[in-house]
Amino acid sequence: MVGIPRPVTIVAVNAGVSDPSTTRLLADRVVQKAIDALRESGTPATVRTIDLAPLAADIARALVSGLPDPEVRAVIGQVAQADAVIAATPVYKAGISGLFKTFADLIDNDLLIAKPVVLAATGGSARHAMVVDDQLRPLFAFLRAIPVPTSLYVAPEDWGSADLGRRIDRAARELAVLLGTGAGRQIAESNWEGYQHQFGGNATAAARSFADVDFDTDLMRLATGGGSPPPARERGR
Amino acid sequence: MQFGVFAIGDISPDPTTGYTQSEAERISNLIAIGRRADEVGLDVVALGEHHNPPFVISSPPALLAHIAALTDRIILSTAVTLITTNDPVKIAEDYAMVQHVAKGRLDLMLGRGNTVPVYPWFGRDIRDGVAMSLENYNLLHRLWREDVVDWDGRFRTPLQGFTATPRPLDGVPPFVWHGSIRTPETAEQAAFYGNGFFANHILAPNFHFRPLVDLYRQRFAHYGHGAAEQAIVGLGGHSFIAKRSQDAIETYRPYFERHPFFRGTRLEDYLAATPATVGSPQEVIDKVMTFQEGFGDYQRQLFLVDSGGLPVELALEQVELLGAEVVPVLRKEMAARRKPGVPDAPTHESLVRAKYGDAEPRQPRPNPNRGDNLSGASPYQDSDPDVEARFPVAF
Repeated sequence: MVGIPRPVTIVAVNAGVSDPSTTRLLADRVVQKAIDALRESGTPATVRTIDLAPLAADIARALVSGLPDPEVRAVIGQVAQADAVIAATPVYKAGISGLFKTFADLIDNDLLIAKPVVLAATGGSARHAMVVDDQLRPLFAFLRAIPVPTSLYVAPEDWGSADLGRRIDRAARELAVLLGTGAGRQIAESNWEGYQHQFGGNATAAARSFADVDFDTDLMRLATGGGSPPPARERGR
Repeated sequence: MQFGVFAIGDISPDPTTGYTQSEAERISNLIAIGRRADEVGLDVVALGEHHNPPFVISSPPALLAHIAALTDRIILSTAVTLITTNDPVKIAEDYAMVQHVAKGRLDLMLGRGNTVPVYPWFGRDIRDGVAMSLENYNLLHRLWREDVVDWDGRFRTPLQGFTATPRPLDGVPPFVWHGSIRTPETAEQAAFYGNGFFANHILAPNFHFRPLVDLYRQRFAHYGHGAAEQAIVGLGGHSFIAKRSQDAIETYRPYFERHPFFRGTRLEDYLAATPATVGSPQEVIDKVMTFQEGFGDYQRQLFLVDSGGLPVELALEQVELLGAEVVPVLRKEMAARRKPGVPDAPTHESLVRAKYGDAEPRQPRPNPNRGDNLSGASPYQDSDPDVEARFPVAF
């Protein structure tokens, strides 16, 4: 397609808690490299970085009450609007930060469908390097996002290594390519109805009025006096 | 416009005294709340079905029938009756019976239920919950309207030649509300049948339920029951009232902030973000008036006033304040703003009038026992001769 490329929105979600935080530093570096790579291909990008630490209590309350407050809802809305996500978390006790996971637990299952994601983590020792692929990657697989091939894990010694810069660059370029092809958007748009959704959910394409709802389904026919659809176990899910 | 209270029969320790009501006390207290609601002129008392502690109302029809005997004009209803795990045949029978003893002062609200283990306890699969609720209502609808039903569905054994007894009072089934917080299929079913739609309107941000209510309204019109603004909408609400605003906040704060649902949420933040109302009668009136603005003219407003370990004295005071200071003003204000042509919620009287005009309602009299405890192919003296019951045959 010829014309001015549409600007893309990248949202970085940072679960680091210190100030300055090495996790935030890593997220910022990925953001910068992604902007550079997109600029090379002529795609303007806007970036928003969400620090979860100031919202930690609100996020925890939303989990136990089921009712996100306006600040948390705003952040979920920003993630919903993103074309791509940079997920950055510290590793604590051999796993991703509970703050990051709690935030992930609050978002709709269909919020990130086919969105490109860079997976990034920092830790106190190189021995936790597999946490990204063992924990973040399955989480984003569940959310049916598209994590880029290169995972980023940064131990203290990596900050003195030129390899780190090269890996960040590689992950950022992978993100830029995925964004440039529009593959994720095409996947989501071409088969949106194929995924499970919630009426009035936070996903940008969520059904919000009767005009968005498909009334030509087995359940809708059942609602209007028709016969029952086949059992769930016989339906392809 | 109808105003009333709904209760789910939860029992929890009073956070200010540590006192926990016994099941016997809570049941007596629910009866007292129903009676007081009737005395102060509220229109509806609705009880919600649960099948596990710390809830006490496993059998709303039994409790409602008792309250019916002790009251004069209030409508008995549910919040909700489980349309998934109950057999629709038993719902048809139980609620028709209460409708008779209550002389028509009964309607009911159907919901799926969100307590996961209840499904397996009743031999059901929660993954089929939506389909089960839709199919079960389709059957319930027929059982109350056809003397003889043949039925074959997924969720119960087939019926052949079945008559649900007693037939609904005056041949008019209880009005049904469908409750849902996120299921467009439920709103569609309510719209298809021209039934009511109820949004619980608690535990969610302000106007969170508007898209679903709007969907119901549009589809109500689509199926030819009237204009979208004439659809029959009910809303729940969570309130605590005291004469002085600050007293309401101070009294209610421990009941809210120490409740497991709300742990760590400040009452003031919750009040700003959700439809809950805690304050003076005027503050509650002002907030409820925003519901009419946001959802359009609606027909039923129920308040949850006895939850979270509140002692019965406070709950009864809530009912009195609603009856004396809040509802009379709301009735006037809402009526003044109501668009012309918006109907009231159907009642037994209005449904009888709509069906028979000035004629006498049907009073079915069964044909005699033919010796096998059945009345033969035609169950009632006035049954349609074209509809014959064909009973299952045993070989």
